[in-house]
Amino acid sequence: MTYTRPKADAVIVGLGWAGSLMAEALTRAGLDVVCIERGPYETTNRNFSPNIAADELRYGARREALRPPSVETLTFRNHRSEVALPGRDFSNWVVGYSVGGAGKHWSANAWRFLPSDFTMATRVKERYPKMKLPEGLIVQDWGVTYDELEPHYDRWEKIAGISGKAGVLNGKVQPGGNPFEGSRSAEYPTPPLERSRWNDIFHGTTEKMGLHPFPIPAGTAGAAYTNPLGINMAPCTYCGFCGLYGCGNWSKSSPNACIIPALMTRKNFTLLTECTALKAEKAADGKTVTGVTFIDSDRNIGFQPADIVIFAAFQFDNVRLMLLSEVGKPYDPETRTGTIGRAYNFQTMSYGFLYFENEHMNPFISTGALATQVDDYNGDNFDHSDLGFIGGAGIMALSDQATPMGMTDRVPAGSKMWGADWKKAFSHSYQNYGKIQGQGTSYAHAESYLSLDPNYKDDNGQPLLRMTYEFNENDRRMARFIKGRIGDICKSTGAKTWETVAFPDQPFSPSRAYDSGHTIGGTAMGLDPATSALNRYQQSWDAHNLFVIGASSFPNNGGYNPTGTLSALTLWTAKAIINDYLRQPGLLTR
Amino acid sequence: MNTLKTFAALAVGCGVIGFAGFFAFAQHGEQRTFPAIQADTSAPLQTRIERGRYVAATADCAACHTVPGHAPYAGGYKLETPFGVIKASNITQDKDTGIGTWSLAQFDKAVRHGIGRDGYLYPAMPYPAYAKLTDQDMADLWAYMQTIDPVKQTVVENDLPFPYNQRFLLAGWNLLFFQDQPFTPLPGVTPLVSRGDYLVNGPGHCAACHTGKNLLGGDVAQSLQGGTLQGWHAPDLTPNAHVGLGQWSSDDIVSYLKTGTNRLGVASGPMQEAVENSTQHLNDQDLQAIAAYLKQLPASTDQAAPAVASADAQMVTGKVVMESQCEACHRADGAGVRNMIPAFKGNALVNAKDPSSLLNVLLLGADGPVTAGNPTGAGMPRFDWKMPDDDLAALLTYVRNSWGNSAPAVSAQDVKKAREQLHAQAWLNQ
Repeated sequence: MTYTRPKADAVIVGLGWAGSLMAEALTRAGLDVVCIERGPYETTNRNFSPNIAADELRYGARREALRPPSVETLTFRNHRSEVALPGRDFSNWVVGYSVGGAGKHWSANAWRFLPSDFTMATRVKERYPKMKLPEGLIVQDWGVTYDELEPHYDRWEKIAGISGKAGVLNGKVQPGGNPFEGSRSAEYPTPPLERSRWNDIFHGTTEKMGLHPFPIPAGTAGAAYTNPLGINMAPCTYCGFCGLYGCGNWSKSSPNACIIPALMTRKNFTLLTECTALKAEKAADGKTVTGVTFIDSDRNIGFQPADIVIFAAFQFDNVRLMLLSEVGKPYDPETRTGTIGRAYNFQTMSYGFLYFENEHMNPFISTGALATQVDDYNGDNFDHSDLGFIGGAGIMALSDQATPMGMTDRVPAGSKMWGADWKKAFSHSYQNYGKIQGQGTSYAHAESYLSLDPNYKDDNGQPLLRMTYEFNENDRRMARFIKGRIGDICKSTGAKTWETVAFPDQPFSPSRAYDSGHTIGGTAMGLDPATSALNRYQQSWDAHNLFVIGASSFPNNGGYNPTGTLSALTLWTAKAIINDYLRQPGLLTR
Repeated sequence: MNTLKTFAALAVGCGVIGFAGFFAFAQHGEQRTFPAIQADTSAPLQTRIERGRYVAATADCAACHTVPGHAPYAGGYKLETPFGVIKASNITQDKDTGIGTWSLAQFDKAVRHGIGRDGYLYPAMPYPAYAKLTDQDMADLWAYMQTIDPVKQTVVENDLPFPYNQRFLLAGWNLLFFQDQPFTPLPGVTPLVSRGDYLVNGPGHCAACHTGKNLLGGDVAQSLQGGTLQGWHAPDLTPNAHVGLGQWSSDDIVSYLKTGTNRLGVASGPMQEAVENSTQHLNDQDLQAIAAYLKQLPASTDQAAPAVASADAQMVTGKVVMESQCEACHRADGAGVRNMIPAFKGNALVNAKDPSSLLNVLLLGADGPVTAGNPTGAGMPRFDWKMPDDDLAALLTYVRNSWGNSAPAVSAQDVKKAREQLHAQAWLNQ
């Protein structure tokens, strides 16, 4: 059966952070909004309460909060000379599968990007006119600046109850915060988390080294808090069941805790759960879209007509929906033309794994974002003149590993991995382990892109998304540099042994443990329709009533988690729709 | 046993009057007419309708006459009374199945005097409280009720077993328990307290749950000192510091009624429905009036009994359960989190002799209140599947006797009984 629903002012695909923030802004402005969400409706007390969620086997090992590959996966290859194969079991594609999307299970590192992250092309030209970037590297400005996004970062932080300590407030550096951050208009809404023992060691060590440690901004409330929508959050309990878990006690910032309760009270908001968007339909003139076709849980095909269509799905799904809707030109790596699927980027990780001798780290006191960081080597915070690469990494002591199964491989190199020797090593290192994470920037490359797979289809008969990705030379140089800095810190901590890793030293694989889940870009925003799918308002150059919001819009990734930035960009786009687009529908860059 | 006693009491009551005489009396009562309503109808109709909408909110008509998620006022909501199930009637403007053909006088006869289309109403309809509604409120309410969209839905209201299905017996009940008197202000109180008195004892019909009931379902003398109905204990509303509202300020009461939450407590069960459907829609002045009235009531005389000793086996087990299952939200000091997670410490419901409400939310869980003032809706997960009777009993005993609380111990037998009554799931490991 097929059916058409009553027309809405706007239809939003996906109710994660981007979709729920957009729905909140548009419904508050009086628009009639319908949201199509693939996953089921869930509430904290019924679906991931503390007496359910604290289950490592279920959520940590079997990853029950995530979309299983049997429902949808993507195919992967490193190079376009290879045939991509579908991922059937993987580590780092962590897609949500309920209302709240990935915002339910995220590990709540709640960053703003650096001002330079948005304008690296201009920055390189001005600061490093002689720098020779690797062939094929894609460096382009976003078309939106940090200053333009600042009020929206601030609004998101207040909705989400982010905890932290300002480093630069109204242009003035503040003690205790990150001195490298873009200037903030307000302090964080909730105080920073208490430091773990491991955070303390790192803080003392890096301070002595002349670096600038600070508590990272965390979407885990530092105190009881009431957000601007009137919704309450409870203080974080450091329970350790954070990333990959829904938060049972309303402490972790999420669409579920912070936005959806208010949305559900609004009469002009309609939520269709367990409905999978198939594509947007193009109008006869080809210049606009008319709505979204979806398949519901009874396998009936529905059509939701709307004046405005907003893709707010996971990054992969946004790109795939654009390709399936045939809006814009798919990227062709042969000719290096086309924009949909182009500028795919990622997150370049480096690590230090440290083992002390007589510590009591008490790692069970943990959150997904319990970390102390130095930003001295992040982004363009340091001089790259003779380094041969751009970008850098936030280097943090991260106390996010609390649960025993996930720590069973945390023993010094050379330890036996079974039997009595392993048990002895594990019980010792449980209290003596520390992790330094270098979360690095990522720049896109002409040979890394997303496209529709020619061989594999999903349950609905639509082609799977194909990822063609390998680290590039800029990533390798940057990560090796960061690995060196992590090594310097490791040496100074007094750890007995440590090992350091730069991920780009090995080929990329979606199955590698400790790799990032931050899969970015593919429908980049920008100033030039030849190199970007979206304009500076995340509006499709090719269909002016279609907006695509999420990390899929980033032409490059900062040395940070993407959620704060994609949330700020969503509110920036919402403002443009409400203030400008509604008055005069058309390209906002006219 | 209760049924037998009740029947015996009824029989004796009827015998005194003489059955035939009583029947005639009942017949006569049904045919009575009441003085016509004297109300000012000079205001524009829309104004009177809006006032009537407000009266409907104060009287919480929707609580029983609307099934959540279905057409407003179309009836069918099941009230589980000790005598059997009664369904609320269809009060939409439908001419066949609703009250579309009624006059104001008929409406008044039902709402304030307890006599409807089919004869005497069951006092599950709180006409003993509504009797206090002013003529003006009745007239405005009727103006509003006439705007309700007609919905054709036949409701079989009376599905009670014999003898309770004999409506004429209610004439006897009325004789015993119903004082058909208009609202009389208390002497010597402020207009604010008097307004609160009217709201609490008139349209608000708080006594329906918060006053204990005798064997025949009539109010006991200890007015507003707590009652148990439909598996929930409605706590003492007097300023008793242990089991009543003694630790709540007027602002705490106002916040609770407006948002379903305050710094100490969170509404659940029937009170959550009352907040969502009724009290959140009241203006601040009326909420202040309710608080002022409740604060000036004489405190009930229930004294705190000595707490169960911390060395008691239940207390030792209960502490472990508290630490492993409850502290993440309710906090180690039992203080909860303001406006979302109830405190255990000093909580009247926790200290109440009757643990029915605690058993209810512990076994079945509860969705949190969602109001315009606080949409959080932080709910309680269910624990029936998670823990055995003795652990849950130990937990409740511990919570009821820690941080200065004191209340009778809860036994595994109590939990077992509640599991059956509430149709809760069995413990998974059983």
